[in-house]
Amino acid sequence: MQDRTLGLISMIPEIGQISLALALCLAAALAVFPLAGAHAGNVRWMEAGRPCALGMLAFVALAFAMLAVSFLRHDFSVQYVALHSNLKLPAMYRFAAIWGAHEGSLVLWQLILSSWTAAVALASRSLPPTLRARVLGVLGLISIGFLLFILLTSNPFLRLFPAAADGADLNPLLQDPALAIHPPLLYMGYVGLAVPFAFAIAALLGGRLDRRWARWTRPWTTAAWMFLTVGIALGSWWAYYELGWGGWWFWDPVENASFMPWLAGTALIHTLAVTERRGLFGNTTLLLAIAAFGLSLLGTFLVRSGVLVSVHAFASDPARGLFILVFLAIVMGGALLLYAFRNVAANPQTGFKLVSRESALLVNTVLLSAATVLVLFGTLYPLALDALDMGKISVGPPYFNLVFILPMLPLLLVVGAGMHASWKATNTAAWGRKLRVPAAVAILGVIVLTAAAYGFAGILTGIGMLAGLWVIAAALRDPVAWLLRRGPRPGRSAWGMQLAHCGLGVTTLGIVVVSAWGVETDRRLALGENLEVSGYEFQLERIEEVEGPNYQAAQGVVRVSRNGRPVTTLYPQKRVYEVQQSPMTEAGIDAGWRHDLFVALGEPLGEEAWSVRVQVKPLVRFIWLGALIMGLGGLLAISDRRYRMASPKEDES
Amino acid sequence: MTPRRRRMVAVIGGLVCLAAAAALVLTAFEQNMLYFYTPTQIASGEAPEGRRLRVGGLVERGSVRRLSGALEVRFDVTDLDRSVTVAYAGVLPDLFREGQGVVAHGWLGADGLFEADEVLARHDENYMPPEVAEMLEEKGHPPDASLR
Repeated sequence: MQDRTLGLISMIPEIGQISLALALCLAAALAVFPLAGAHAGNVRWMEAGRPCALGMLAFVALAFAMLAVSFLRHDFSVQYVALHSNLKLPAMYRFAAIWGAHEGSLVLWQLILSSWTAAVALASRSLPPTLRARVLGVLGLISIGFLLFILLTSNPFLRLFPAAADGADLNPLLQDPALAIHPPLLYMGYVGLAVPFAFAIAALLGGRLDRRWARWTRPWTTAAWMFLTVGIALGSWWAYYELGWGGWWFWDPVENASFMPWLAGTALIHTLAVTERRGLFGNTTLLLAIAAFGLSLLGTFLVRSGVLVSVHAFASDPARGLFILVFLAIVMGGALLLYAFRNVAANPQTGFKLVSRESALLVNTVLLSAATVLVLFGTLYPLALDALDMGKISVGPPYFNLVFILPMLPLLLVVGAGMHASWKATNTAAWGRKLRVPAAVAILGVIVLTAAAYGFAGILTGIGMLAGLWVIAAALRDPVAWLLRRGPRPGRSAWGMQLAHCGLGVTTLGIVVVSAWGVETDRRLALGENLEVSGYEFQLERIEEVEGPNYQAAQGVVRVSRNGRPVTTLYPQKRVYEVQQSPMTEAGIDAGWRHDLFVALGEPLGEEAWSVRVQVKPLVRFIWLGALIMGLGGLLAISDRRYRMASPKEDES
Repeated sequence: MTPRRRRMVAVIGGLVCLAAAAALVLTAFEQNMLYFYTPTQIASGEAPEGRRLRVGGLVERGSVRRLSGALEVRFDVTDLDRSVTVAYAGVLPDLFREGQGVVAHGWLGADGLFEADEVLARHDENYMPPEVAEMLEEKGHPPDASLR
């Protein structure tokens, strides 16, 4: 008995690998039977979707668990564990190390895809059986692709012989709580976009797209968008405090890779609203659903293949890059061909007037798509040039800033107004009356903030602040009117919409203020010396040695005061992790509503002086706070009860 | 105005806005393209002065120098044939070390000194900036030795 248990334990990695293979079989069944059944009208084949989806989830979860056990047990006979863990690595990071590198993060990716698939299988009882079968079948097809990718090119259970005595440790940058939960959230969003994609393909296959289809698709899309929003914000926050640079967005291609699906996804949830409420924009919705998932696959390709740092890093593992590229080509090529040859959008019975919510949402779609395309261009152009051997260029952040602000500023102005426009045709007089107060609040807010807090910093900054405050004020107009008993109580989904827009305004305000008045400077600072930044005095009192579980650090003690009065003490660290012997900057941050005070240690310069990076960042927290509010808005919108009603009537609105 | 003329005005106005936006975008793109140059290219005068560019290579051993206690640092970046001196006043990245690959962003001065406003090593000690790795390879010095 003892022997048998031991034998089983020693086979844990093999169990994981076999589970993945079995999951692949079930993914194949999930792809074949429901799709064939829907085509042939065979109900029993269509019904096979649910058990296949649940079985696939079970086996992928088992594989994930086996990988987790290998990490927790320090099984250094598994190459992936040996490369990314260490005897001294705390248990929490041993678990997070599962997705700390390529192979394991794909297993997490597949686990999340299987979970979304199972969720669709369980929550889709009210859908017509053919639609449900097709959605599950398409998700099965995607799973086949990713499981093959894992098994053929990126096996996390590969054995190392002889086993290593100790592991090479997890990259110190990843040993951080925010980064431990950042990839799972981001993947929830990335992969979640596969669901609206599957719904879109199912609609194309079935040749029918109506308002009920949009109603079924909406909550899934909003859910994925919500995770993507929070995941991106978390990544930005992590980069801010952990990379030691103090920036919150770098227009790094990896960031762009997650941002482009978000832009397309944001456009998608808005056109879905029009498709559900008015039966319009059907083709745009389908195209955006395809594009959003395509962009998240493209993001995977860019990040996974190493093509981003250079086309030639491709050569280091050509199989992986090639696999995803071929997969991307098949998925997108197939989807777009289907889109081109199937005309499914219902004929709209009515049009809409110039001043209407439809118009505002149309403008929204155009501007968001433009932003997506411009960011995509800046991200891909250097790669294309390099691939063609026409020189190595990179595109600097100023390009992205400009091409992003260009569509976003008008968009923000439209958002505030469009929220209060009616469907079909708006009574302009009533509309103007509704917008009077928010407009006044926004203008007043800009004047007060400029005069009392920050000072004047250019026209563009003023317009940016105006845009942010305008969106916040417009978003809060109805809830405030209700609280003052001057308006009706908004429904859940209206609440969600207003809250999300309020979050957008908060983020905008944070971005504008921190961009205009944030101060960052690299200086030399000797022990006891005072450095004045934005009215704050930073004094480096002493440097002390600190010991962590698996690192040693030099810790600065920096006293911050204002007008002679102490404000706070910061403890920036320079860590050296024992195994990898790589130094790492841990910034000292005093976070606050009004601003962050940020000090990062550089290196000793001699004569008891250090190089330091000192920053004062007003309202920087608003950037991430706003994203959280957006996510919360999404959550509220999903919880609207009309999404849970068994069979919504066609003509209800 | 007749509806037809109004539509014409709207269309023309839209096109003008679009053209202005496109011109703005293209200018921004053109101005923010950063070309990569090797130390050899810079030494032979191929790199333009007065335009922001990137230079990359290995930090030459023993070349990092700074006046004791001063923030400004100078070091030589080499492609193992020629080298260029880089001046930088700021916090160097964690993984900046002699013998390691770096990429510097900045301007080339008339005296051949490269004034950097940004110096990049990377997140990972095994990482070699790809431009640098490829450049070394083309010169017949495979970068593996310092890679892993």
